[in-house]
Amino acid sequence: MLVGLMRSLTIAFGAFALGLVIGVAGALGKLGGGGATRQALDLYTTIVRSVPELVLILIVYFAGADLINGVLTAFGQEKIDFNGAVAGIVVLAVVQGAYSTEVIRGAILSIPYGQIEAAHAYGMSPWLTLRRVTLPALLPFALPGLSNLWLIAMKDTALLAVLGFGELTQVTRQAAGTTKAYFTFFIAAGGMYLLATMLSNLLSRRLEAWATKGVAHV
Amino acid sequence: MEMLHAEGIRKSFGHLEVLRDVSLTANKGDVISLIGGSGSGKSTFLRCLNCLEHPTGGEIRVDGEAIAFRPDGNGNMEPASKAQMRRIRSRLAMVFQSFNLWSHMTLIENVIEAPIHVLGVERRQAVDEGLRLLERVGLYDKRDVYPAFLSGGQQQRGAIARALAVQPVAMLFDEPTSALDPELVGEVLKVIRELAEEGRTMILVTHEMSFAREVSSQVLFLHGGRVEEAGAPAEVFGNPTSQRLARFLGNLN
Repeated sequence: MLVGLMRSLTIAFGAFALGLVIGVAGALGKLGGGGATRQALDLYTTIVRSVPELVLILIVYFAGADLINGVLTAFGQEKIDFNGAVAGIVVLAVVQGAYSTEVIRGAILSIPYGQIEAAHAYGMSPWLTLRRVTLPALLPFALPGLSNLWLIAMKDTALLAVLGFGELTQVTRQAAGTTKAYFTFFIAAGGMYLLATMLSNLLSRRLEAWATKGVAHV
Repeated sequence: MEMLHAEGIRKSFGHLEVLRDVSLTANKGDVISLIGGSGSGKSTFLRCLNCLEHPTGGEIRVDGEAIAFRPDGNGNMEPASKAQMRRIRSRLAMVFQSFNLWSHMTLIENVIEAPIHVLGVERRQAVDEGLRLLERVGLYDKRDVYPAFLSGGQQQRGAIARALAVQPVAMLFDEPTSALDPELVGEVLKVIRELAEEGRTMILVTHEMSFAREVSSQVLFLHGGRVEEAGAPAEVFGNPTSQRLARFLGNLN
């Protein structure tokens, strides 16, 4: 079960991180991109946020694998077997990315525009502005939403059980099925999720305290 | 020696002509004040100088170097070379009405940010210079404080230190005291006055008439996007020739 837990955490962390990258890119695209970019991103966030995650995971996993393998066969390549952590990470990242896009977009809009303008006025390039001003300045606004997303990522890994990944829930089900000690194993699994959440909360509180040190608390 | 020259600057927002033809030449040590009612175009003109607004027409030369423009697709002009624009902006330090210090950085971090990351100054050297500048504006003991914990006057003095840190060719002040409580205006004006006295080249958009009269080498009165009257402060304030200026000054007193 510890192996399952580790696998869950790895997938959750990977999906969350990849989702963040998608989120930053998506938010910037929504705020600064052209009409086509914006419409495509709107479509993405709307669909992903309205379709139940379980359905979405099945769609991305099976349809996505079919699509990629179709392309590969068309080019005369071998089919790839989409099992394991990487597929799980990608599937969940697509879901996470849509939510982080919205969280980060809101956070960027909360930054007083003058601070970004000051960066331009002092000759910073768009990339430097993003790295030195926009991203650190949005943290205080984004962290509460992002820590929520992290908790969701962790629990969404359980949905991957339907795909047969050996993450915590799947492992627990197998162990419980074999030993018939359902209660013990599922309570233990619940406890592990709880523990992971509590540790995360502790960490995100620290992170928030660090990120908001420039914010006056009235 | 010419530091900043703008010729025939025009700016339209859609059909609204905000600047019709504004020119200005700042030689080394000049303090040029732009005055005028709201909507006269003085802030827009200042923001055209470092291209925070894309001018519709005109020429700009900074330290002898002309900014290359090309059409931006919206009927205005944008800098043709982003690299040139960044280089020029980094030497035209702007002080904003609402300070615009970076809220996630302490005061000293704000001051050393552009020297290190834009100009490529070594960190130790930037910090030494930054502390010296904070000392100068009376904020040495606030160096490790975040902007949100400072008064408006302190923030604006910090913003002036940030501007000085890039060793600007010319400094652009956009109504630097308009967002301040009355009792905090004096400390900021005192710093600006000291800079004027030491021969800094400055363009100042302001509503502080007595201050403009006192520190400026030249005053431009803008009305309806044009320079309605220009000259030495004693003439402009003491003996306005245009009726609009006379009325503008009369309404203030």
